[in-house]
Amino acid sequence: MNLLFKIAGTHVRNRLRQTIVSTLGVALGVGFSIAMAALMQGSQRDFVESLINAIPHVEIRDEKRDPTLQPASRFYQAVAFHGLRPLDDIGGIRNPTEAMASLRDWVDGNLAQQLSGQAVLRYSGQDLGMTLVGVVPTDELSVSTIKDDMRRGRFEDLATTPDSLVIGDSAAGRLGADLGDTVTVTSASGLSKRFKIVGIFHKGVSASDEALAYAPLKAVQILLEKPNVINRITLRLDTIAEAPAVAERAERQLGYKAVSWEEANEGLMEAFAVRNVIMYTVVGAILVVAGFGIFNIISTIVHEKARDIAILKSLGFPEHDIQLIFVLEGLVIGILGALAGCLLGYGLSSYLSTIRFEFSVGREMTHLPIYMSVWHYAIASGIALISAGVAGFFPARRAARLNPVDIIRGAT
Amino acid sequence: MAGDRPLVQGTPLLEARGLTRILPGVVPVTLVQNVSFTIGCGEFVAITGPSGSGKSSLLYLLGLLDRPTAGEVLIHGKATHTLPKKDLARIRLEQIGFVFQFHFLLPEFSARDNVMIPMQRLGALTPKQQKTRATDLLKNFGLADYVDRLPAELSGGQRQRVAVARALANAPRLILADEPTGSLDSRATEQVFDTLQSIVTETGTSIVAVTHDMDLASRMQRRIHLVDGAIDTDQILPPSVRD
Repeated sequence: MNLLFKIAGTHVRNRLRQTIVSTLGVALGVGFSIAMAALMQGSQRDFVESLINAIPHVEIRDEKRDPTLQPASRFYQAVAFHGLRPLDDIGGIRNPTEAMASLRDWVDGNLAQQLSGQAVLRYSGQDLGMTLVGVVPTDELSVSTIKDDMRRGRFEDLATTPDSLVIGDSAAGRLGADLGDTVTVTSASGLSKRFKIVGIFHKGVSASDEALAYAPLKAVQILLEKPNVINRITLRLDTIAEAPAVAERAERQLGYKAVSWEEANEGLMEAFAVRNVIMYTVVGAILVVAGFGIFNIISTIVHEKARDIAILKSLGFPEHDIQLIFVLEGLVIGILGALAGCLLGYGLSSYLSTIRFEFSVGREMTHLPIYMSVWHYAIASGIALISAGVAGFFPARRAARLNPVDIIRGAT
Repeated sequence: MAGDRPLVQGTPLLEARGLTRILPGVVPVTLVQNVSFTIGCGEFVAITGPSGSGKSSLLYLLGLLDRPTAGEVLIHGKATHTLPKKDLARIRLEQIGFVFQFHFLLPEFSARDNVMIPMQRLGALTPKQQKTRATDLLKNFGLADYVDRLPAELSGGQRQRVAVARALANAPRLILADEPTGSLDSRATEQVFDTLQSIVTETGTSIVAVTHDMDLASRMQRRIHLVDGAIDTDQILPPSVRD
């Protein structure tokens, strides 16, 4: 084995320039793969982080996983019923105080209760359909980032001013209403109430900015004729990773549908998975190209060293040894390339993380998000070694099968 | 060392039975045709014949580098034509040494390293013993001062003697030489021939050498003359003729 190493070493050294070029090919492949993986995963984590900051970690809604059975179907085994008048369900999570208390017992984090419903805002002859959300302001502040989104006024004023309202800036613009103005809010059942605007927010999401309004919980319960009822509990956990477990336990305990942020953004998580597959495909492709470089140099060496191969075979080296020599040469290039590539990848990702960006619009991103993981290095190096081994294997097999007699004859 | 082995003159070391080698093709070419002979220990045999008479092809068959189309080669009475390539390689490693017309040394290895290569592959000796043996072999052939030189730094005759030393590395019982002096001038030819002769007399190793140099062939113990791939004459030369 030592001897085979030595022979392989002399071959690689003999073609030093080509060896360096193919080693560089592997190194560039590995290096860029690592930097790209760091950037991709960094941006993914950055995105997820800002996402889970903006949405509740767990959301409990007044829905059931399975549709509620009408009383008739509970008593009769029938395929279908005709002419039944469905039971009116007032909906909502009933007895919210008890539900909240039972959750507070074991959930590590903050909770907030909401009652939301549809309502029409009217001001100076303008009508605007909105989603009206009744909140307990202090609770709401502890589970959401609404405070950072306030443009004018204070969200806390909802607690101190009775019948107050916080609306999105687009909605305010369309109504022509401003801070301190009083608007009329009419519920679906026709009940009207006057609210004073104490705050204007801008979330950057047009659906919210145009059609969302916050009001004190009690006022909304009265307007929607749902006294002592809520229809949404939002949770902000100390440990985000516990979200699915907490959601499952809350659902079992309360019987209402509880959704973790991961479940709510399933499509997004799938998109990330697809993005990762694409990334590793590109990485693999880069390294396969590097593999061709290795294939090329080893083919050249096999061609050049045909005479040496014939000598070794006549001396009594079995085919297996010959093949091993050339596979080793491929692996040596692969290993050197992978090591150099890891250094290059580290350097590149370190450099990228220092680049700063300035965005005039929206959320400012001060620098490229870079996430370094040992896995990136391991995967890129692993793929490089595999492709180096495969690239060495085919010329090596050809070398092993060379017929020494043909070569000796050719030489004499 | 080969000399330590019990040596019985005339034991069939190598036996060729009806060896035939035909190169397949549109027009098949017969290289070797129905060749049979035996070679005992301590023989120095010349295979002669005009070019294209199949001398080298016969040698490759004897050295198990090529497989016969028909017939078989027996080594110590053991048939080899059914053995897998791996076993043939092992027999070459342990029992057969090759010397070619061109030296065929590995260019990146020193003279001593070249001689050590077969020993390293066999692994019967410790690295230190291998080094000592390689140095001794080279010394025997008058190359004591050249052990660390690369093949490119040696003369043709010196290289060929290194190649002979390498053929002897694992103390084989048979050395097959293909025009060992073919590319050498008369002085170097003389040196290499003397080296080969001394191996036969001192170690009892048999040598089969292909040559077209009739003068050289006439100095060997036995001459097998080939014409068109078949044996024309197979004669033992009395010592008087040789001298």
